Amino acid sequence: MAVQERASAAAAVQPPVTERITVLAWLKHNLFSTWYNSLLTILVGYLLYLVLVPVFRWAVLDATVSGDSKEACDFAGACWTLVKVRFGQYVYGLYPEDQRWRVNLALAIAAVAMVPLFLERFRHRLTYAVGLVLVYPLVGYTLFYGGWLGLPVVETPRWGGLFLTLVIAGVGITASFPLGILLALGRRSEMPVIRSLCVAFIELVRGVPLVTILFMASVMLPLFLPAGVNFDKLMRALVGVALFSAAYMAEVVRGGLQAIPKGQYEAAMALGLGYWQMTGLIVLPQALRLVIPGIVNTFIGLFKDTSLVTIIGLFDLLGMAKLIVTDPRWLGLAAESYIFAAFGFWIFCYAMSRYSQHVERRLSAGERR
Amino acid sequence: MRLSTLFAAASVMALAAGGQALAGPTFDAVKEKGFVQCGVNGSGLPGFASVDDKGNWSGLDIDLCKAVAAAVFGDASKVKYTPLTAKERFTALQSGEIDLLSRNTTWTLTRDTALGLDFVGVNYYDGQGFMVPKSLGVKSALELDGASVCVQTGTTTELNLADFFRANNMSYEPVVFETNDELIGAFQAGRCDVFTTDQSGLYSSRTKFENPDDFVVLPEVISKEPLGPVVRHGDNEWGDVVRWSLYAMVEAEEYGVTSENVDELKANSTNPTIRRMLGVEGEFGKALGLPADWAYQIIKQIGNYGESFERNLGANTPLKIKRGLNDLWTRGGLQYAMPFR
Amino acid sequence: MAAAEPRSGRQSRTAFWNDPRVRAIIAQAVVLLLVVAGAAYLINNTIANRERLGVASGFDFLWQVAGFDISQTLIDYDRTYSYGRAFLVGLINTFYVAVVGIVFATIIGFIMGVARLSSNWLVAKVASAYVEIMRNIPLLLQLIVWYFVVLGGLPAPRESIALGEGVYLNIRGLFLPKPVFGEGTAIFLAAVVLAVIAVLVLRRWARRRFEATGQPFPVFWTSLAILVLLPLLGYVLAGMPITFEYPKLGKFRISGGLVMLPEFMAMVAGLSIYTGAFIAEIVRAGILAIQKGQWEAAYALGLSRGQTLRLIVIPQALRVIIPPQTSQYLNLTKNSSLGVAIAYPDFFNVAGTINNQTGQAVEVIAITMAVYLSLSLGISAFMNWYNARMALVER
Repeated sequence: MAVQERASAAAAVQPPVTERITVLAWLKHNLFSTWYNSLLTILVGYLLYLVLVPVFRWAVLDATVSGDSKEACDFAGACWTLVKVRFGQYVYGLYPEDQRWRVNLALAIAAVAMVPLFLERFRHRLTYAVGLVLVYPLVGYTLFYGGWLGLPVVETPRWGGLFLTLVIAGVGITASFPLGILLALGRRSEMPVIRSLCVAFIELVRGVPLVTILFMASVMLPLFLPAGVNFDKLMRALVGVALFSAAYMAEVVRGGLQAIPKGQYEAAMALGLGYWQMTGLIVLPQALRLVIPGIVNTFIGLFKDTSLVTIIGLFDLLGMAKLIVTDPRWLGLAAESYIFAAFGFWIFCYAMSRYSQHVERRLSAGERR
Repeated sequence: MRLSTLFAAASVMALAAGGQALAGPTFDAVKEKGFVQCGVNGSGLPGFASVDDKGNWSGLDIDLCKAVAAAVFGDASKVKYTPLTAKERFTALQSGEIDLLSRNTTWTLTRDTALGLDFVGVNYYDGQGFMVPKSLGVKSALELDGASVCVQTGTTTELNLADFFRANNMSYEPVVFETNDELIGAFQAGRCDVFTTDQSGLYSSRTKFENPDDFVVLPEVISKEPLGPVVRHGDNEWGDVVRWSLYAMVEAEEYGVTSENVDELKANSTNPTIRRMLGVEGEFGKALGLPADWAYQIIKQIGNYGESFERNLGANTPLKIKRGLNDLWTRGGLQYAMPFR
Repeated sequence: MAAAEPRSGRQSRTAFWNDPRVRAIIAQAVVLLLVVAGAAYLINNTIANRERLGVASGFDFLWQVAGFDISQTLIDYDRTYSYGRAFLVGLINTFYVAVVGIVFATIIGFIMGVARLSSNWLVAKVASAYVEIMRNIPLLLQLIVWYFVVLGGLPAPRESIALGEGVYLNIRGLFLPKPVFGEGTAIFLAAVVLAVIAVLVLRRWARRRFEATGQPFPVFWTSLAILVLLPLLGYVLAGMPITFEYPKLGKFRISGGLVMLPEFMAMVAGLSIYTGAFIAEIVRAGILAIQKGQWEAAYALGLSRGQTLRLIVIPQALRVIIPPQTSQYLNLTKNSSLGVAIAYPDFFNVAGTINNQTGQAVEVIAITMAVYLSLSLGISAFMNWYNARMALVER
């Protein structure tokens, strides 16, 4: 019924037939409406032609995909043979070939397990998410690192490529989210000590570049610990990335907390809710919903920032792309390697940003209603 | 009141924990954890330290790590490698992230003292050189006035370079890279006229070039670069283990003990030095805190210094480096093991 | 059962552990204690570790001779200067690349932000493609591509691309004629200062007149004329004191002239194009935030589209734009530390070298953090001040 009504309403407001868009009219309206618009169109079109045609030629028409060595490529176009031959390294780094199924399996489990989180019908998403965060690291760690259940150990220096990027981003996201919420609550706390500690931490971390934090985590952390106590290098990078994005996350969450009207707090207190009940049941659910786009943007930033671990000698997707470029058998193919890595990063970031826009639209639609 | 008491108690606890931790010298820690954590060249220096597609390391510096593992555990594979940049290496050693730094590191006074390190020997005597494209037509480093020079950050070469150009009243533009691979990429692209580092490094890097024959190493050697393994300052027992592992390899070459004849010599040799070294006579292993057959294990599994050199750098490798300074003292070189007595 | 009992006076006084104020104090004390104990533990470890190793400590090294050279120095520096001076050189390099990057990023961002809202379909699509591609690829990757792929493809010095009189582009950098200030430069400079003062005075006068009479005055064109003509006059009167030193092709490189290193160019390109994508989004959001009524009212007053944008929309949009813009400028400044990956001698890069030569990691990282922190605080303080100036003055 409702659908029919809406359809008929839409039919009623349809534009008169004379204004229906034809190709020519569209062109005139969108590209050649005034003389300077026409000029602009021609100029931009010409520039695009100058840039895109050679790029398309290089990347597609004249490119080589066949063969399995550099000799298969003539240098008129891109040599995607490199990407084809070394694909496994871009994805898994130096992970032993016969063990790569473990990575695939773990990532597949992660992908499947995350599906319910995006089902809007699913009622217990929060509980489910918490459960997932608690259980999945065990599954992931067992499969990635091994050491029991008959799985041989794969040391973390052999982890690499897109897989390592996903591990760092995944751990960073799951760790920084709760940490960021705690910091944001701490910053708005009425207890001066806690508030100032949180402010100091957030401002300190936000004030310095991630490389300095990673450098400190990778090289100097052992200096702060008793002799002989040591963490894995990857572990230290993870701690650095998580703490760094927690500070940014805290600021996003704080924005949401500030937007909650005072009445909500007062109503909650009037109901006799304690601080944690009030925060967990009334304030946070509203505040977090308000800032979902900001949170996703922080995640995107974190995902891109994982590439910085290259500087401290871990081989994430970018690190692998750099390493492969230095292979004497494949010298001179830097462009191909980096473009492929860029594409890998772009897919994930773009998907996340589309999701954030989608949520934003849905939220603002909800607001209007 | 309660607050301050608690605080004091916590501080004491912290201090106690800190103090306790000091009591673990590296040697005990290594034996306990069952492997040697060895800091090596991370950006890959073929012949000294490089890693293949399968994650297997090889090179002269790697052989030293393996030798130490063979001496301590009787198993050369009990090594874990930490790839490091020039910039990270000392902090990594100071902080205890690695047990041993075997990463073509030059022995200098500052490093031996103020940096809190101890050099325990020299496994490669080197000197700083220059490499230029042949097309530049340069025959001597003294013709390099005004050149732009690619150099790696955090190295003695960076300092020697500044000294050399200043001493010869020449100007230059330094382009300082974080890793050797970045440097090689930029040098081949023509970002600089000259690539400078230890000569061994030049030869090694050249094997990674697209057209190695288009480049030439200039004859001048502008510095002394004794490269050797490093341990933390004050870590004497561990330093001894590393030092004598290196000497065992050199001494073995001097006495003609190789990985092939070591079993036979161990059984039949009458030479007292060989018998002492291989643990047939005397208690040298015990003095070092090692098993009696420690040197035997090194030679059996890795070979003597000459074998290691030939395998990694010699005529049958792309590097084709001559023994030169690194020949035995008996043949006019500088490699000289202290006596096994 | 207990809850059902009527509350007596004694029970209404809650036990002290249930008093929120007492609880708050205890909680804070515990947290403080943990933090202090943790810090004490770490500091103690560090001291013990360093003592055991015999590492030098303290900040005395800042006055020792550095012994290494730096490729780009905007102040006097060579190997005989101190480590402290080397830090300063690095800091100035960071400033330099950040300022230039911010200028370009702002220009790119504004153009692209406005272009995304263009009624021209092609322009709008190109702008949004730019934004969607550039902000979704890690900056480090972009920098590496700029440096090793794009600039690596430039020709050798002897095959330089000549971009006009005394302007060369090659793999060693962009070479420009360098102005040499001869005698009489003071007169020229005085003319420049005079022109600036004249423009400021003119603008005040024009605004007063506008407010009094409603007559607009063509301030822009008059100012431009003053800014060009007055210094030119001074220049000629002083006997053309400024000459240019043209870059010359030498054996290895082009000598003389001004040079912009490829590392610097790659940094500026990467930083400004990456940050520009974010600024474009901010600008777009800022313009969209202006109510339609503002446009309509301006049109009703007879203003043209350009005038509306310039006089009505952008001044209001700026209030929305500035706060997020600040954080983009901050990000750009902090991101300049990625120069370490492409051999640009920024502060972090130089600090790394000093750390390696002195081995005093703790001191060096402390200085590094302090410097970036004060840079960040400085920029946000400045932008807050500017923001306050731009804020809507409500009467």
